[in-house]
Amino acid sequence: MSEKEVIFKINNLKTWFPITKGAFKKVVGHVKAVDNVSLEVYRGETLGIVGESGCGKSTLGKTVMMLENPTDGEVLYNYNGTFKDVTRFSKDEMFDFRKKVQMVFQDPYSALNPQKKIYTSFEEPLKIHGINTQEEREKVMLRVLNMVNIQPDYLMRYPHEFSGGQRQRLCIARALEVMPDVLICDEPVSALDVSIQAQVLNLMKDIQKEMNLTYLFIAHDLSVVQYMSDRIVVMYLGKIVEVADKYGLYSNPMHPYTKALLSAVPVPDIHTKKKRQILEGEVPSPINKPSGCAFHNRCPHCMEICKKEDPILSDKAENGHKVACHLYR
Amino acid sequence: MSNSTTNLKAQNKSAASSLFKKNVRKFMNNKLAVIGLVIIVVMTLACIIGAISGVDYTTPDLKNIKAAPGNGNLFGTDTIGRDLFARVLYGGCYSIFIGVFCAVMSSLIGAVLGSIAGYMGKKADMILVRISELFQAFPQLVLVMMMVAIVNKRGLSNLIIIFIITGWMTTFRMVRNEFMSLKGETYVKVCEAFGMSRTKIMFRQILPNVMSPIIVSTTTNVAFFILQEAALSFIGLGVSDSTPTWGNILNAAKSISVVTNQWWIWVFPGLAISLFVLAINFFGDGLRDVLDPKQQ
Repeated sequence: MSEKEVIFKINNLKTWFPITKGAFKKVVGHVKAVDNVSLEVYRGETLGIVGESGCGKSTLGKTVMMLENPTDGEVLYNYNGTFKDVTRFSKDEMFDFRKKVQMVFQDPYSALNPQKKIYTSFEEPLKIHGINTQEEREKVMLRVLNMVNIQPDYLMRYPHEFSGGQRQRLCIARALEVMPDVLICDEPVSALDVSIQAQVLNLMKDIQKEMNLTYLFIAHDLSVVQYMSDRIVVMYLGKIVEVADKYGLYSNPMHPYTKALLSAVPVPDIHTKKKRQILEGEVPSPINKPSGCAFHNRCPHCMEICKKEDPILSDKAENGHKVACHLYR
Repeated sequence: MSNSTTNLKAQNKSAASSLFKKNVRKFMNNKLAVIGLVIIVVMTLACIIGAISGVDYTTPDLKNIKAAPGNGNLFGTDTIGRDLFARVLYGGCYSIFIGVFCAVMSSLIGAVLGSIAGYMGKKADMILVRISELFQAFPQLVLVMMMVAIVNKRGLSNLIIIFIITGWMTTFRMVRNEFMSLKGETYVKVCEAFGMSRTKIMFRQILPNVMSPIIVSTTTNVAFFILQEAALSFIGLGVSDSTPTWGNILNAAKSISVVTNQWWIWVFPGLAISLFVLAINFFGDGLRDVLDPKQQ
């Protein structure tokens, strides 16, 4: 338990999108999508990232993948013991990094080029990553298709001939072609039907065991995250408010926001009455965040200090349970 | 399953579905478009065969000036006694060549620049859009006159250059707008995540999805350029008099006496232009119905 190897280390990562105004594109403010996030990801685990819409979880995933340029901070990736900063990678290093970390996107309906046969879509990444003979490419393609239980003859079809679940499985297979170590899953099942969700999630678990993958699992469905993850990160307005392993988080949520989130999960039993904690107000705009703790204007336990001082994420319970809240000092 | 590693592509050919076949079937159901295609093919072939077999379109038959159709001249003769049928055939070659060549070239330029502007965005986009606006704001007629003045002779190349540099903007705008919306699609992000180069993403991934509007606009541009050539030749700014084009033949009908007394001199080339342009428009409409994914 103690000998966990860190694969990703994120230090004070910020991704701000400038808002420009007028003819001269003067920057009048920033949308602080990811604001000062620090995180460690261990090899072989599934790290769930939850939060409501617009809290920056997808942007965090994309920034780690370097699909968005971070404003500040560093993303360190473990290359056999030495950590290299991904944000300062040259073109060649970045190309190599693409083989280590891959991403599965939210929308399987637009993730495959509609003009190309699946075969072509599958062949292209292999071609650019230097697998030159057709025979070898097809070997890889067959292997990944076998993993996601799709018949090889489907390769000659067009994307519109597949269902959503099949397409998402194809996307996962394509991401696995380059043998990545880390798979960032940006709400991989939220566009799918519930029965298909279970199928895809189980498949992902099997693949993780088979390939010893590390998942960064971004989702807003708490039950999905609970099912998939080993550790869970809760985000609110671009910041991490709580990090814990899944037993710690679901049995002992500490941050008031986490408590509110968990109380909103529906229980599949009509006889258990559950006290629902309803938050008041709206999520503040990520452009003008409240001073102090970003959550203070909706928090039922708001104190004077919350309005002034931003709480720091620190260990508050056993097993690396971290909370950013003034309630626990 | 045992030998399936040998060649996946060849083995599963039977399972392949063809978008092309489906599109052809769909196109065949559109009667008007098929008629348009037939007219285009027949007229083009007739012109090319006429030109290759070497019909005599230059020698004036001075005894037979302004002869009415019949008597060995199918379409009659023009004001200096040249056979009109031969001239319409030969002129067709030039007119169709000008239309097709200019349309294809301007689409090519528009597509490449539009892809760059739409995908790169920011500075590149701003500069290219400004340039296209500059070209759009410049009257074509003045450019043609300028060109004639500079080169000091009227010619085919003049016209083609002018048509191409004044004709690429519509395609450019269309392609740029399509790119702006398509670059947000997930499959583009997937390619970026795989580390694919920007040129490859632009021209191999996104451009095929914009191909159908480009093809449709190219066909309508063919008709547009043929009409433009006819108009410019009619006012005497087009191709030099010695080369027959449909517009040049019409040029003879500038005098009122020809218009009133010798109908065949302007009716036949006029008919050729109208028929061809109409056919292209029908064909283009049919193509749009088949290729536009929003109407499927």
